[in-house]
Amino acid sequence: MMRGSGGPTKPSRRLWLRRAAGLSLLTLLPRELMATPQEMREAMTAVFGDRPITPGRVQIGLPALAENGNSVRLSVSVDSPMTTEEYVDFIQLFSPENPRPDVARFELSPASGLAQVETRIRISAEQDIVAVAGLSDGSLWSGSAHIVVTEAACIDALI
Amino acid sequence: MLNARISVPAVARRGEILTIKTLVSHPMETGFRRDAMNQRIPRNILTEFVCRLDDELVFRVDLHPAISANPYLAFHLRATRSGTLWFLWRDQNGEVTTERRELQVND
Repeated sequence: MMRGSGGPTKPSRRLWLRRAAGLSLLTLLPRELMATPQEMREAMTAVFGDRPITPGRVQIGLPALAENGNSVRLSVSVDSPMTTEEYVDFIQLFSPENPRPDVARFELSPASGLAQVETRIRISAEQDIVAVAGLSDGSLWSGSAHIVVTEAACIDALI
Repeated sequence: MLNARISVPAVARRGEILTIKTLVSHPMETGFRRDAMNQRIPRNILTEFVCRLDDELVFRVDLHPAISANPYLAFHLRATRSGTLWFLWRDQNGEVTTERRELQVND
């Protein structure tokens, strides 16, 4: 049973308030460290303006569950022949629920031969990672992958 | 200069697609963390990676704080000619680390 200043059977109001304050602190902290949906929209608009983005041609390789969000292996591949006539110009990566939505921008060329990149990223909350590929013909394609993280990145020094 | 490790074949057949892997030691401090005194730890990140074959741009990356410490990047290159591969990492203050590898392409 609880052992507060009000005794084991009836916790005092002060104790209850202290616990409530602690609880709200816990729920507030991660919120401060998340990009808002508006920041995500702004990040995408900053790069693509109002050009249409079609779902497809982009595959994200990401584990469905990560135990540690500090370093999660991620790969992106785009369906493209990678010739001088038709190639992937760039891949832009977004994390909507991290403190900032921008993760990386990869610029490729016909010399790449294969439109596939790999890196390690930080994940601070469960979310859909989004990749948008810009092709040489000007079209934009997107793919996403859902990830759940047990121990989030970014907030470790707070605790 | 940062400590960088690069994996790239020294010899390739013409037309072969190579995998290049790079790893560089850097904390990639996000700027979102706080220390024990609740002071924000200042951001300290690498912002750019560039790979060139002689003076031809092959691959370039803009990095943000969401890239993990000791950034790992893997990408591909179609072997069309021999030359020098140049690798460059730039941090937020403009400091650069460079590495080079010779690539020999045979028919």
